[in-house]
Amino acid sequence: MGDSLLYFIEVTIGGLLAGVMYSLVALGFVLIFKASGIFNFAQGVMALFAALTLVGLMEKLGVPAWVAIVMTIGVMILLAWLIERLVLQHLVNQDPIILFMATIGLAYVLEGVGDLMWGSDVKALNVGLPDGAVDWMFDLGIYVTKLELVAAATAAALVAVLAVFFQRTRIGRALRAVADDHQAALSVGISLRTIWVIVWSVSGIVALVAGIMWGSSSGVQFSLSLIALKALPVLILGGFTSIPGAIIGGLIIGVGEKWAEIYLGDYIGHAIENWFAYVLALAFLLIRPQGLFGEKIIERV
Amino acid sequence: MTQHERAIGDTLLKVDNISLGFGGVQALSNISFDIREHEIRAIIGPNGAGKTSMLNVINGFYHPQEGAITFKGEVRRAMRPHVAAKQGIARTFQNVALFKGMSTLDNIMTGRNLRMHKNILWQMLYYGPARTEEMEHRRRVEEIIDFLEIQAIRRVPVGKLPYGLQKRVELARALAMEPELLLLDEPMAGMNVEEKEDMCRFILDVNEQFGTTIALIEHDMGVVMDISDRVVVLDYGRKLADGTPDEVRGNQDVIDAYLGVPHDEGEA
Repeated sequence: MGDSLLYFIEVTIGGLLAGVMYSLVALGFVLIFKASGIFNFAQGVMALFAALTLVGLMEKLGVPAWVAIVMTIGVMILLAWLIERLVLQHLVNQDPIILFMATIGLAYVLEGVGDLMWGSDVKALNVGLPDGAVDWMFDLGIYVTKLELVAAATAAALVAVLAVFFQRTRIGRALRAVADDHQAALSVGISLRTIWVIVWSVSGIVALVAGIMWGSSSGVQFSLSLIALKALPVLILGGFTSIPGAIIGGLIIGVGEKWAEIYLGDYIGHAIENWFAYVLALAFLLIRPQGLFGEKIIERV
Repeated sequence: MTQHERAIGDTLLKVDNISLGFGGVQALSNISFDIREHEIRAIIGPNGAGKTSMLNVINGFYHPQEGAITFKGEVRRAMRPHVAAKQGIARTFQNVALFKGMSTLDNIMTGRNLRMHKNILWQMLYYGPARTEEMEHRRRVEEIIDFLEIQAIRRVPVGKLPYGLQKRVELARALAMEPELLLLDEPMAGMNVEEKEDMCRFILDVNEQFGTTIALIEHDMGVVMDISDRVVVLDYGRKLADGTPDEVRGNQDVIDAYLGVPHDEGEA
């Protein structure tokens, strides 16, 4: 009895922590979608690209982890600026589908550039994050790794910083304004281009954090970009425009798929983890298409 | 009411031979007129006359194919919206373009955006210089809130406000920019008589107390004739007439095209 309860707790915690990883990727999506209405297909690849750059810098230059992280942040900001300059600026006022197609192109370019610069073999990423089981929890009979806890704490801190950024700062206010109404934002003198560079930079940094967490736990490899696909059901669940939605959506999917795997696996076959998120998303699309926290979309015809 | 206690100054903004087309549709053809410092300038005309297009050209949303715009002595082919804002042009919109999810206060604070310069790190810490700056701007915003008598709705998300109040918040946001030229697109549309009277009073007060130059589009002829110094009349993208309310009222073209109703010229 005690054992099965402990096991349930362990599964739940494991699910929550896996969910945090999904949330991190989904968060990057939400930021860009909120401020520009662009669905950024390249978000997952940005996480991969950031992690590759980080590993590459650490290997090739032999600099300490924190220096490499600062440099990678610089690279992500430069990348945001380039994306605005070379892509977005030329596609202003185009249909969302065209911008979406552009981000698909961007995803392939980034993957290619990453491959070209740093090679395609799996690399270990060690930025000095603690690993191994958390002792006192292990003593209780629950296996949780320190890395997972660090990831959760980082995600929480990131969300807190973003909340302050959005609510307290002038630029945050400008970002919210742009998200609400482009024309009105322009009329009070907010430059859309500056805002786009900022928002792509921020989601580039979020991608870096996601890349570090995933890379530390399972190595930096090109399949990392596939986690972006898991972020999609997270977004459908949480709503495309909601930061809390991205977090809670990630947690629900993380826990849901673990529970389903453990407790339903015996009855309907295993590998539920692979499809659970998508079926849940499908159900949501049928019942509540705007997601848990999203705004109801009313299109004027 | 037409005689205000303030001197009309030199030309603040001049549009020369502006032509604007969208594909096959000619929205504006060879429009020229000027707006002088401190005056209230009305732009009138039937639906589809090109009034809003004209405002959009002035603040840079539309770029005309021909013509030039001179603002404060600087000649240019086309404005860019945030440059126009930077140089002192603020505006409101026909269908109210507020940031619906944000509070009245935050909406108005966006109007101060261009005047705030403190570094983002200070802002995030909300400490030191950034805090002083934010408070300074809050004070100015509170003055505007008092001025427009919207103290009670400070914290309300503007999406929840009735239409008349939303228009007032929109005006407040524009005023927060401390503009030299204020463009108002149908500030009284959809308002009841009482709300219209309030809005009229605010527009006149802004003009008199702050000396702000105002260009407005309005359909209520009574209001237009009462508060404006000069009126320009557009029809099908062409300029029909330009002059004082009395001159425009007497112009036969205008009567034919627009006022056109002999039995009641107070209604549009």
